[in-house]
Amino acid sequence: MIFAEYLPAALQAGIALAFVAAMLIVPPIVAKKGAPNPAKDSAYECGLPAAQSGRPRFSIKFYLVAILFVLFDIEVVFLYPWAVVYKEMLREGLSILFSMLTFLAILFLGFLYVWKKGALDWK
Amino acid sequence: MVNHAADIVVHWVQAGMATPWLVWLVITLMKCGAVVGVMMGMVAYTVLAERRFCAFIQDRLGPNRVGPFGLLQPVADGMKLFLKENVLPGHVNKVYYVLAPAITLFPALATIAVIPFGNRLGGEKMVIADLNVGILWVFSLAALGVYGIVLAGWASNSKYPFIGGVRSAAQLISYELAMGLSVIGVFMLAGSLNLGQVVEYQSHCWLVLKQPLGFLIFMVAMFAETNRTPFDLPEGEQELAAGYNTEYGSMKFALFFMGEYANMVVASAVMVTLFFGGWQVPFIPVEQWLGCSWLSGMVYIGCFLAKLAAFLFLFIWVRWTLPRFRYDQLMNLGWKVLLPLGLLNILLTALVLAGQR
Repeated sequence: MIFAEYLPAALQAGIALAFVAAMLIVPPIVAKKGAPNPAKDSAYECGLPAAQSGRPRFSIKFYLVAILFVLFDIEVVFLYPWAVVYKEMLREGLSILFSMLTFLAILFLGFLYVWKKGALDWK
Repeated sequence: MVNHAADIVVHWVQAGMATPWLVWLVITLMKCGAVVGVMMGMVAYTVLAERRFCAFIQDRLGPNRVGPFGLLQPVADGMKLFLKENVLPGHVNKVYYVLAPAITLFPALATIAVIPFGNRLGGEKMVIADLNVGILWVFSLAALGVYGIVLAGWASNSKYPFIGGVRSAAQLISYELAMGLSVIGVFMLAGSLNLGQVVEYQSHCWLVLKQPLGFLIFMVAMFAETNRTPFDLPEGEQELAAGYNTEYGSMKFALFFMGEYANMVVASAVMVTLFFGGWQVPFIPVEQWLGCSWLSGMVYIGCFLAKLAAFLFLFIWVRWTLPRFRYDQLMNLGWKVLLPLGLLNILLTALVLAGQR
């Protein structure tokens, strides 16, 4: 069976899952229970009563970084299969090198564009 | 003990009481149990080591009262956190609030499945799952860790955790790019994504000597991925109280804490495997001296653990030596320095390999 080698990995993941589940389920049962208190139900704000929303507005930069990450990460994923076969394919000529150089050049041009546009600056 | 357990399995087979499938299951479960046990032990004692080393660096003594040299301190801390009252604050989003710590610890425990931690012990490969996609399993699971932190920040419905979570998300994904690029050189040389074969490839020369730039980028990215100083902005005490775990207490906080240290163990294990020869002992032909025995198998495992401990010490040492980055410096380093350097490393490796053709 082709997936047989994945079984131990699944088993390990199952054990990890059981461990964290036990750590979440058992303590509330065995631990002591305190009296309810309004302070326990309010957000932590260094001792002051919480003001305004707990989810404040935040910089658009974080969205930009997330979108750039998706673009570049997909390109990184393409590099892995190439890296594995690179040595073998080299025996048949340099085309494997040049094809990836073209790919990297396009990727790098895009990167330079993003850089020059100031998308990577944090002010 | 290991010998004894193996004898029992052999006895079963001889007595015809066990099918090969059952033997396989018992052996795999033994390996999983041993790995999780050793890993949680390392997590507990890395916490103690950190507290002791930081105390020495700051000219203090550190926790030394519980047991000899404070060696039972992790047990005391664990019991305390386990028995603490479980507060579920009224203002949080309850489902995600409870799930977030579990999502942080789970990937670290599952990732370790593909790391080869020894050569062979009684003919059995010392890796839980010998996968062809080895490193992809590591990266795909490690990337899940960011969900735990972001969910914790969002579900807490409180300002400090929220800012900590958002910062952490941006930091983790920025350094993931550099991390992904820096190891490509390793797989170009080894010609396989299987971590066991990467270790085999290093039997004559550790890859850190062939890929010094790749290792440097990878190490910096690993410090950022584990939220350790100098990249601990998501939990910078002076600005954000405790960052994303401010609203957490008792065992849920402990899961975050264990998650951070378990991620350090995994990061060290991956660095040792990819760049420092994995379980191989440098300069000493162990199997010529000891033969292919249980003893040499144990020596390899010991060597792996020693290298792992050295990296854990490096994590601690750096934390108590370097100050924290400013956020714009952090982002500049990730995007404008490490990313181009990672591309340069791939280019250099490709050209050198093509030149050697």
